[in-house]
Amino acid sequence: MADIETGTATSRRARPLSPHLQIYTPMLTMMMSIVHRITGAALYFGMLLLAWWLLAAAYGPNAYANVEWFMGSLIGRLILFGYTWALLHHMLGGIRHLIWDTGRGLEPTERELLAKATLVGSIVFTLIVWGIGYLVMGGPR
Amino acid sequence: MSERAQMRTPLGRVRGLGAARSGTWHFWHQRVTSVAGIPLTIALIVIVITLLGRSHATTVQVLGSPLVAIVMLLFIANSAYHMWIGMQEIILDYVHGEIIKLVTLMANTFFVCAVALASAYAILKLSFGV
Repeated sequence: MADIETGTATSRRARPLSPHLQIYTPMLTMMMSIVHRITGAALYFGMLLLAWWLLAAAYGPNAYANVEWFMGSLIGRLILFGYTWALLHHMLGGIRHLIWDTGRGLEPTERELLAKATLVGSIVFTLIVWGIGYLVMGGPR
Repeated sequence: MSERAQMRTPLGRVRGLGAARSGTWHFWHQRVTSVAGIPLTIALIVIVITLLGRSHATTVQVLGSPLVAIVMLLFIANSAYHMWIGMQEIILDYVHGEIIKLVTLMANTFFVCAVALASAYAILKLSFGV
């Protein structure tokens, strides 16, 4: 405090005005909150894929074949896998937020459980959806 | 607190909107669209799985059938509104320059309108086959 009052060099250093993310120890609930926003932003641009798919179907067989080729490629499948996970994670995270909005599930153990359920649930549901998808297609091609 | 010490007018107090005048619509509409988004997202996943590996002709037929088309249109409209609010929130949190903030907020609206309209147009075209 003496430094500040006397105005020495140390007091004029640029200091953060308020604590930011890097100040805090990462916690699961905090990471889930960040991931919720990131998946939301990813899904925002992911709507382009849906639009592309629908427009290609409307354009005709050639345009649709292009989409099928891309979605079936390794990169396409990785993107779709990520899309599925982001969608389900954002949906489960949203349900968690809706539960919190009612004032329930905010106790320390409850919110940790909800955060873990969101993470595990999103992975499990993604694998289930892809399992069903491959069953419908008759195995990986 | 005595009546004289109150900073807010009686009308302002009755309206209960606070200084921002329209504080909660953003929050509330995001909740409404998130609730609607749960069944619609599940429906979308079911529709996409059903169409995996199907021919173009089958896909056109399924996407253009009334029930699927209506569900898809609801998903598109609901998602568009939800993602418009969401991206606006992200922009307001991270973009601080006045000009760039206005530009990105406008770009958000343009992007959402364009993507939603293109998707909806495709569904309608498949439905009416024109």
